Amino acid sequence: MRKVFDFHGGIHPAENKHQSLRTPIASAGVPAELILPLSQHIGAPAEPIVEVGQRVLKGQVVAAASGFVSVPVHAPTSGQVTAIEDRLIAHPSGLSAPCIVITSDGLDQWQECQPVADYHSVDKADLLARIRDAGIAGMGGAGFPTAVKLTVKPQAPIATLILNGTECEPYITADDILMRERAQHIIEGAQILSHLIEPSEVLIGIEDNKPESIAAMQVAAQGTGIEIVVFPTKYPSGGEKQLIEILTGKQVPSGGLPADIGVICQNVGSAVAVRDAILEGKPLISRVVTVTGEAVEEPQNLEALIGTPMSYLLQTAGYQAAKNQRLIMGGPMMGFTVPDADVPIVKTTNCILAPSAAELPAPPPAQPCIRCGMCAEACPASLLPQQLFWFAQGKEFEKAEQHNLFDCIECGACSYVCPSTIPLVQYYRAAKAEVIQIRQDAEKSEHSRLRFEARQARKEREEAEKEAKRAARKKAAEEKARLAAEQGDAQEDPIQAAIERAKAKKAAQASGGDAESELEKLEKLVITTRKRLETASTKLEAAKAEGSEHVDALQLGVDKTSAKLAAAEQALHAYQQANPSPDIPAPAAPDDAAQAAIERAMAARQADAAKSPEEKARESLQKLEARLAKSEARLQEGRAAGEEEKIIIALESTVERLREKVAAGKAQLKQAETC
Amino acid sequence: MYALIAQYPLLAALFALVSLGAVFGAILGYAAVRFKAEGNPIVDQINAILPQTQCGQCGHPGCRPYAEAIAAGEEINKCPPGGQAGVQALADLLDVEAPTLDEEHGEEKVPHVAYIHEDDCIGCTKCIQACPVDAILGAAKHMHTVIVSECTGCDLCVDPCPVDCIDMIPEDETLRSWHWQLPDPNSRQVDIIATDAAAEAAA
Repeated sequence: MRKVFDFHGGIHPAENKHQSLRTPIASAGVPAELILPLSQHIGAPAEPIVEVGQRVLKGQVVAAASGFVSVPVHAPTSGQVTAIEDRLIAHPSGLSAPCIVITSDGLDQWQECQPVADYHSVDKADLLARIRDAGIAGMGGAGFPTAVKLTVKPQAPIATLILNGTECEPYITADDILMRERAQHIIEGAQILSHLIEPSEVLIGIEDNKPESIAAMQVAAQGTGIEIVVFPTKYPSGGEKQLIEILTGKQVPSGGLPADIGVICQNVGSAVAVRDAILEGKPLISRVVTVTGEAVEEPQNLEALIGTPMSYLLQTAGYQAAKNQRLIMGGPMMGFTVPDADVPIVKTTNCILAPSAAELPAPPPAQPCIRCGMCAEACPASLLPQQLFWFAQGKEFEKAEQHNLFDCIECGACSYVCPSTIPLVQYYRAAKAEVIQIRQDAEKSEHSRLRFEARQARKEREEAEKEAKRAARKKAAEEKARLAAEQGDAQEDPIQAAIERAKAKKAAQASGGDAESELEKLEKLVITTRKRLETASTKLEAAKAEGSEHVDALQLGVDKTSAKLAAAEQALHAYQQANPSPDIPAPAAPDDAAQAAIERAMAARQADAAKSPEEKARESLQKLEARLAKSEARLQEGRAAGEEEKIIIALESTVERLREKVAAGKAQLKQAETC
Repeated sequence: MYALIAQYPLLAALFALVSLGAVFGAILGYAAVRFKAEGNPIVDQINAILPQTQCGQCGHPGCRPYAEAIAAGEEINKCPPGGQAGVQALADLLDVEAPTLDEEHGEEKVPHVAYIHEDDCIGCTKCIQACPVDAILGAAKHMHTVIVSECTGCDLCVDPCPVDCIDMIPEDETLRSWHWQLPDPNSRQVDIIATDAAAEAAA
């Protein structure tokens, strides 16, 4: 007989287990609708790989694992995916979470299973992958991905594999009945786990309040080398750390994992799931759930598909809603009240408790702590619950942490024994959450600080660069000025020379105003004036084509220039005729030129008057229409190219404006035509 | 030597004390140079407590300047994002009485995150320039967006926006952010004994 140890504290609440043990495991059947939360385990939520409307087979993967600490989700029956949306899930927050909803088609048609005939011949990594792909997460309550737990580090070999068949919480009998009815499966699962992690011993721990289970397991374990260890009933001996202490006498260090002391602990339900995944090729799509409490007529254990709404299971067990005042998922000690009866069961749901008001009364109001110390006596983690309570209440979270707040397993033993009925566990949960929040905030603020400082540094660097550029430019400018000053002395001479040249020219012109030069002068004047007229008229053409407002001014300029040209030509002509006398044409020319210009201008005006107003209006209308067409084309182009909205709007308003102008032009034309 | 000391005890004592003082003075002087503290260490400690939103609600251009101002004697209750808990932490650090948060600089509120209405954004980059932690992504004439994980909820991008397309929205509660709250303190204020309360309820 193996020596069993004891752990500190613990309580003996009323067990209430017999109610649900009267009948064997019954199949709950297939509900019309199954709701599969994507996050049924600890770690990253699974990612849906099916689409709404898609038909899925029983056992088909509907959501794939995302990351190492994650497991996939499988369709529990065949049917159609009717929605992938947020649904209310079983969580103390009462919040919704993304779920895949499958409407059953009633056929319950399996996909092809690929069992492993002889797992000894298969690579261990392959077996682990199969366990992971089967979606197995710890079924005792925490839901930690089993494959991750089974990944043994070579530098830390595992001495002891423990299967947890303790089930210490009142009311729950799912593991108990599993051990009674499927002892062989549990042993097979244990053998697979043992093959994977190669421990020196395999223990199955069962409390002594389950004699039938113990007997069944002992029969099944005969000749396998697996030892069934029985120990006295005490809550919470099913806690992982407590069970390890009971069976091995070793304590898991604070903040550490069982693997640190060479122990791996698995729930018996997980062992069965592993066995089904390897030997039958079936993923985790159902589990045994205890439905119990005084508000159900036939408390029993049901084999339910994952995703079955709680209300469906309650109905199967004969639920009397009138008797019930709240629904609890899990046991009375560690379970939580669910927001709605339609929430689905998940991989970690071991019990649905529907107590009557008398059975589980609302907690009486909390009284002040009297420092009796009963909580410290009951604490299985050897903490000081009342100190933690004071710290949590006073928000002295740092001190709470120093008093090993995070070693609290939230078993509720302290609240159970508290004569002042203080909801101690709630204080610890809140304090833990607050500490984690503070840590996250600190992390975030540190991150922000680094980003802020990086930005400041960048801005400073940019500023310095700008400053350097500015300085360089300033220096270059100074250098240039200096060079210019130096060259200034050298350039003084040419300027002076040019001035002198010009002076000399003037002097020469003044002295020898001969006939030849006069003729040349007149010819030059004609040529330059002609040139000017050409440029002015091209400008005018361009302005007319553009429809610019400067057309009038330009027209005036052109008229003036042409008058000048006429005058110059006249002068030249006169000079050539009166060759010997250069004095006469000069005064005569302006007179004639002015006359000619006046005449030309009058002629032009007459011509203008002749073709106006109808023609004029038509001309401008044509121009406007051409512009409108252009703008419209541009707008079309812009729309087709999907340009920015503002540009489109601007173009539209341009087109609109032009349209108005065209309309006005047309009206003018009509008016012109009528008169 | 002994005769000399015996002859002039006063001078001997004086000499001994002065030489001791000189030796220790030299050691301390060396230590002051050798182990000189770079900057003011209290500023770093204060800065570590401040929430680093860089929002400027305290009237300083960033958290570090405020930390420096606190070290120089400014009030510690001007940081709304840090909240009363932040004031308390600063008070603990500086060993002073914790004042209540100065409402003049803003109220303590749940963390917010900037949200750019992308349909309205004209791509002016003004908010990018305003963001103290480079949490806004975008380019000129292109739509901008907020990198939520980097946003400190400082509010500084809201004012510069010429088309008013930035809103501060409270971070919504998800399963990941949800956590247990401390029990309602009012639930503990009972004026009758619990057993009597049960009897009262039955009656």
